[in-house]
This record gives sequence, C-alpha cells and structure tokens, in this order.
Amino acid sequence: MEKYLMMNTLSFPMLSTVIFLPLAGAFLLLFMRSDRAAKITALITGIINFPLSLILYFKFNTATHLFQFGEHLSWIPSYNINYILGIDGITLFLIILTTLLTPMCILCSWTAIETRVKEFMFCILLMETAMVGVFCALDLILFYVFWEAMLVPMYLLIAVWGGPRKDYASIKFFIYTLFGSVFLLVAIIAIYLTTGSFNIPEAMFRDYSFSFQTWVFLAFALAFAIKVPMFPFHTWLPAAHTEAPTAGSVFLASVLLKMGTYGFLRFCLPITPKASVFFAPYIMALSVIAIIYGGYVCLSQTDMKKLIAYSSVAHMGFATLGIFSLTLFGWQGALLQMLNHGVTTGALFLCVGIVYERTHSREIYDNAGLGKIMPAFVGFFGLFSISSFAFPGTNNFVGELYILVGTFKVSKVAGFLSIVGAVLAAAYMLRLLKQIVWGREDKRQIADMKAREYVFLIPLAVFVIWMGLFPKPFLAVIDSSLVHLFGQMQAFLR
Amino acid sequence: MMMLLPELSVLCFSVVFLLISLGDKRDNLINMAKSFAIMIFAVSILAVYKEGTLFSGAYKINFVSQLFKIILAYGLCMTLFFLNGKEELEKKFLPEFIMFLGFSTLGLMMLVSADELISMVIALEISSYSLYVIVPLRAGQTRLQLEASMKYLFFGAISTGVMLYGMSYIYGMTQSTFLTDILYAMPRYLGQPVGIFAIVLTMTGFFFKLSLFPMHFWAPDIYEGASNTTTTFIATVPKIAATAILIKLAAIASSATPQFVNVLMVVAGISMTLGNLVGLVQKDLKRLLAYSGIAHAGYIMLGILALSKDGYAAAMFYITVYLIMNMAAFYVIVILSKKGENILVGDLAGLVKKAPLLAVTIGLAAFSLAGIPPTGGFTGKLFLFTSAFQSGHLAIVVIGAVNTVISIFYYLNIVRMSFSKEAAVSEPLKLTSHEQTLCYIFIFLILYLGIYPFGLLGIFKLAV
Repeated sequence: MEKYLMMNTLSFPMLSTVIFLPLAGAFLLLFMRSDRAAKITALITGIINFPLSLILYFKFNTATHLFQFGEHLSWIPSYNINYILGIDGITLFLIILTTLLTPMCILCSWTAIETRVKEFMFCILLMETAMVGVFCALDLILFYVFWEAMLVPMYLLIAVWGGPRKDYASIKFFIYTLFGSVFLLVAIIAIYLTTGSFNIPEAMFRDYSFSFQTWVFLAFALAFAIKVPMFPFHTWLPAAHTEAPTAGSVFLASVLLKMGTYGFLRFCLPITPKASVFFAPYIMALSVIAIIYGGYVCLSQTDMKKLIAYSSVAHMGFATLGIFSLTLFGWQGALLQMLNHGVTTGALFLCVGIVYERTHSREIYDNAGLGKIMPAFVGFFGLFSISSFAFPGTNNFVGELYILVGTFKVSKVAGFLSIVGAVLAAAYMLRLLKQIVWGREDKRQIADMKAREYVFLIPLAVFVIWMGLFPKPFLAVIDSSLVHLFGQMQAFLR
Repeated sequence: MMMLLPELSVLCFSVVFLLISLGDKRDNLINMAKSFAIMIFAVSILAVYKEGTLFSGAYKINFVSQLFKIILAYGLCMTLFFLNGKEELEKKFLPEFIMFLGFSTLGLMMLVSADELISMVIALEISSYSLYVIVPLRAGQTRLQLEASMKYLFFGAISTGVMLYGMSYIYGMTQSTFLTDILYAMPRYLGQPVGIFAIVLTMTGFFFKLSLFPMHFWAPDIYEGASNTTTTFIATVPKIAATAILIKLAAIASSATPQFVNVLMVVAGISMTLGNLVGLVQKDLKRLLAYSGIAHAGYIMLGILALSKDGYAAAMFYITVYLIMNMAAFYVIVILSKKGENILVGDLAGLVKKAPLLAVTIGLAAFSLAGIPPTGGFTGKLFLFTSAFQSGHLAIVVIGAVNTVISIFYYLNIVRMSFSKEAAVSEPLKLTSHEQTLCYIFIFLILYLGIYPFGLLGIFKLAV
C-alpha cells in the first residue's frame, strides 16, 4: 500500500498485539484482590508477550529495508495524524529486548516489592506498552504520545517505590525529560507544517532548507541527548538510577536510554541529514568526553548502583560516537552496543538488586567479600562485569570493536581517546569485581541465589556469550536497514 | 420557540428556585435541582441543530452557540452534582444559591448567542451579578469571603467599564452595534491604531472572565475565599462563554495588522509565564488552581491569536477539555473537604491509601492540566500549538512549550503528595456510589478526549 511499508501478512495485527497485550493485562490487574494473584497475572502477561515478539523475529524478512508488519489506520484525520506501526532491522531487537526484560523485572520484584504490589505491576505493564509503542510508531504524534506516556509510570515507579531520595530523583527525572520533549514537540509541529503530515518515513530525506534542518536537529538532539544521556545532560541519570527500585533501574538502563540513540538513528540522521553531518564533530566530541568523564567518575564511586549508572553514561557515549561517526561500521556497532548495554547493564542492576535484597545496602564496602558466601552469584556477577568492559568473547567487545573501527576511519584522535575510556572501564569494573569477590574475609550467613533468580539471569548470561562469539544472526537482521540508510545518506549528501 | 429552549429551561429553573426561596421548604432541594439540571442538559442537546435570529439580528442562534450552550449546561449540571450533601453553604441560602447559579448560566447562554454589543453587555452583567452575590455565600462566613466578593465586584466593574469604553470607540467608527455590520465596516479602521485599541479594550472585559493577564488579579483571592462549589463554577463555566465571545471578537479583527496579534501574544505570554511561576509556590490547592487557570487562559489565547479557523476550533476544544479536567480536580477538593474548608496541597498526603480512586482522578487531572499524553490536555495543547505555529507565531509556541515544563513542577507536586507521601494519620475515606460514578466519568472523559479527540474536534471544526 505505502511505498515504505510492507503491510502485515499475518492473520492478526501482530504489532498492536505486542503493544497492547500488556495494557490489557494491566487492566485485568485492577480486578485482582490479592497481591499474589496480581503478581501471577502480571508475570503471565509478560511471559506471553515475549514469544509473541519472537514470532516477529522468525517472520522477519531480512532481505528488505522496508518497514514490516505494517498497520495503517486513520486516527485524527483533520490533522492528518495516523496510527501507523511498522518495524525494521533497527527496532526488531529493541522490541525483543523490551519484552524479554519485562518478565524479568516482574520476577526480580517478586519479593523485593512489598507495598502496593498491584499498582507496581500495573506500572510495569504500562511501561512495557509505552516502550514497545515508541519503537513501533511510524507517526510522529503516535511516537510522541508513547514517548511521553512512558514518563508517568516511570515517575511513579521511582516516586512511590524508590529509595530515600526518591522525591528529588523522580522530579528531576520528569522535569529533565519533559524539558527535552517539549522542544521535540515543537520540532514535530514544524515538520508537520512543512510536509503536511506527521508521517515519519515520508519526512525522511526531503529538501528542507539548511537552517530549518539545523533548528529541527537541535530540538531533536536536545530531547534525545537528555534521554541517552549525553555528557552535559546526564545529571538526572545517577539520581534516578540510584533511587529507583531494581525493576525501574533495569527499565531505565536497558530500554529508556536506548530510545535516545534510537531517536538519533531514526529521526536525526534521515530527517535532518545535512545538519547531522554539520553537527557530527561536536556530538562526537561530547561522546568522547562522556566516555572519559564517565570512566573517571566511576573510579571514585562507592555506591554500586551509582557506579553502574555512570558506566552507562560512558557506554552510551560509545553508542552516540558510533552513530555520529556516520560510517556503516559505526552504526552497526552502535546498534549492537545498544543491545549489549541493555543486556549487560540490565543484568548488572538485577545482580545489585539480588545483593540488596539480602544485605540492604548498595555500598561496595558493605557487600565486599561475597566470593565464598555466594559463589553462584559471584559467577554471574563476574561474567556481566567483564562483559561490561568489553572483554573479548563477550557481547560488548563486538559492539565496541565495530564502533572503534568506524571512529578511526573518521578521526584518529577520537578513536584514541575512546580507547583510553575503554581501558578506564576495565579499571573501574575490575575494582568493583575485586571488592565484591575478594574484598575481605566475611563470615556472614547470606543465602546464595534462589531458583527464581537463576531463571532471570541465565537467559541474559547466554545472550552475553552468544553475542560475543557469534554475532552474525544479529548483524544479518540489522544490516539491510542500516545499509539502505547509509546508501540514502550517501546519495542525499552527494 | 424551540430554538430558545435551553435559555427558557434555565430561566424556568431559576424562577422555580426563586419561588422556593420565598417559602421555607429546604429539604430535598438538591435532588430536585439535579434532576432539573439533567433536563436542561438534555434540552440543550435537543436544540443543537436549531438556527435563527431574533430581535432584528441582535440574538443569533446557530450551531456554534448551541454547542456552547450544551457545554454550559453540562458545567451547570456538574456543579449541582458537586453540591451533593455538602455543608459548605448555609442551608437557608441553598435555594438562592441554586437560583443564582441558574441566572448566571442563563446570562452566559445569552452571551454566546448575543450578536450585538449592548446585548452582550447585558448578558455579561446578568451572569456577573449573580456571581457577585454567591461568592460570599459560605458557611461560617468571614471577612475573607466578603473581601473576595468585594474584589470580584470591583474588578468586574472596572473591566466592564474598560470594555464599554472600547465598545464606544467601535460604535463611533462603525456607526453600529451589530456585529454583522461591524464585521463589514471594521476592516477599514484596523490599519489604524484606534481600531486595534477599540477591539483590544472590548476584549478586556472578557479577559476578566477568562482570568487572563492583565485582568487576572481577582482570581486567586476569589478562588480561595469562595466556597468550593462556587469556585468550581467560577473557574470553569464563565470561561467557556468568554472564549466564545473572544473568538467572535477576534474574527472581527482577522484582517488586522500584526500589531493586534502582537498585543494578544504579549498578553498570552505574560499570562502563561506569570500563572505558572506564581503557581510554583502555592500551598492552597484552590489558589494553585487559580494560577493554573491564569496560565491556561494564556494557552487558550494561542488558538485565538492564530486568527484561523483551526485556531478557533482548537481553542474551543481546549476550553472543553479544560472544563472537564479542572472540574475533576475541583471535585476531589469538594469531596476531601468535609466541612467545606479549603484544602492545602499537603492535605493530599496519603490520598492513594485513603481513597485510591480520588488519587487517580486528581493525578490524571494534574497530568492532563500539564499536558502529558494520553490525556485530553495533551491533544488540546497539540492543536493549539499547531494552529499558532501554522499562523507563523513560533515565538509564542516556544514560550508555551517552556511553560509546560515550568508548570509540571507544581502539578507533579500534587501527584507526589497523593501517591508517594505517607499521611501522619490516615483513615480510609469511603466514597458513595454517586461520588464514584462522577470520578469514573471524569477519568473516562479525560482519557477519551486524549485518545479519540477527533469526534469533538470534528464537530468544532464544522462549527467555525
């Protein structure tokens, strides 16, 4: 029907199902009387949604760059706002990552959340709907609705179930993100007034004037840079990460941050290509600063969650570096890095959550020397830690390698400096790992991991190694979309 | 006769309560008022397609005016439902209170149909005088109420004076008080400062009703001083009629020079910024909503200053959404205040434990007022921004966008209080089924207008 969209060939609207099934589950929760019933309903909803999203993977056509499983309905005709959904290689794995992490977040909160369990699960499922929606939406307003709707449950997750400084952290999170988003809205309206529609693919690669591109790019970039978060806009992240409950931190780190980089790839590059090229050196510089600055700040952290939060700043710096190297290698690396960071950092937060439930402290020193007491846990923690600093054979290595190759093509200085950052990553992660495993003689009685906790860590561990040793299936899916985007960029800029 | 049905039914309603106030029957009045109000609402819907002119063109009934009458009737209906079993008014004044609400609504209904300057003034005064009287009606009356009502009276009188001054200029230039003639004759004078001056001054009278800068001073004190139900009415219903008239007046000036739009832009920008900044430090929930109302008046001006059909439709849509979300917030105040006292933001603490439904209602209302999707407040703002941007006023759109961020701070405070703060003492608050139903209606409407705005928007687009 549309030239950019392959309509859904399955017998039912697949993407809408994946988006709105959690919402339906959430409303079902409202009728639950007991906490236990609420937890089980939420878990079942989350678990059903994951294989549904896997169907997307198995039915995915890797030969085409078009958006697949398309759905197209009219929404607000007088403003030409439509309900358009579709996914391509860039979004497929981000959706699967989201649906995979949701049941894990529910499992990891099984005993950690004791008050208002029903409402907690309600928020988690609402989050899933909004997050998957952001990745599927092909209409700017639809995208914006999901993008903003996400703030409310996330805010509540931090403000209601958060740590001691939850008020400060939650409000800072909300205001920071909203500040970026309102300019995004203005830019969206500007695009609508120029093209006459809110359609995302139709807005790509058009002859906008350079000054128009500049302003739109800056408005977009502000919103996405806050979400990533890039260097001067990162201060909300440590606060929000530290105070959020484990499930909230996992969602924040694994999915919400990816929306920033996803936004750069989906909006900034194709809609404002000339401005992207113009601003690329500045954004690369900010990325390098984020990588090094994040690494240094991590070295002095004593709070495990804060350390991982700052390491996210550094890791996402690699992703933006890859994107704005404007090379195919860089983009592939950035996409892999997004997935890898989602898995690894999500897993690290889950690990911290496991420890916190037992010792009720996030301080490194309070949790030092767990090696003998919780051997299985330390095994997992070790794996995720070394994957976090891109040890060869783990997932992050592949992503960072691609990014560095891309970066060196463009700028030797940036490449060299980011290698320094990568070494810093090894320093702070190894320091953390050493403390946790061998930090001191500890005679405390702490139970090792339970079966429930194995359930949510093992899939992530498998993924870490699988991606590290055999990334080809992942690259196969993302390639056609990125190659096409790259070709279009080249043709447009020539 | 059919076309005047809404007005006649409201008039009948008021007269009935006038007669009741002469006797001493005081029982079951509220139920009677409620059933009557539902009837008025139904009658207004029935009369929606009626058209016609009366009094040689001074009174025009068309689709737009009938739509506004439906919304006004809905507002009256809701206000009377809020009154349910509350002891915030002295019982002996109850029939008078209901009567004046009726008269005020009657004035507003006449206002949206008035197509001539003098009838506009008369309609406006009918509605204003009724409100001047009910502001001090509050159980345990103190000086605060009297002061509020005096302020309301004075500001009202001043703004009417300014408006009449502006109207005299219009009459002087166009030799007519009929809007149809003015619409025809006015463009010649719009190039001159005096034309713009006249229209802006005329609009000022309605800025007062909308609590827009520079006629906003009354709002916080009146909101704080008047009883909760009265405030609900003042904060919502007159603003609808004011928007209708401002749209009419702006349409006269649609070919005006940029200076006219600039004046409106300055007014709107200051109103938004001032309302939101002062709103940040408010402790009393009603005062907070007063400043939020000043800011929202600024947002509504975005649609009006666009001077385009899209803009007018957007303004009409937004004022409808505003009616609903504001009423939702006020309803929570009305329920929470057992004896009719004012509610502080701090009193919301622990609301989610006391009454989860109320917490959800006020939370949703707050997010909608702030403009977070998927609520009606977001779609309304989107349409306003789009129409203003379309007419080339990017600056005011950016100011509006920044204001959204400022305002989120105090709206979030409401949410934070109701959801994450624990109360020192908290006893469950049992809601009656009547209260629950109203809350569900508000929740439904706010979300409905956020997700399916096109029905209502389409109707408004058709109307302008």
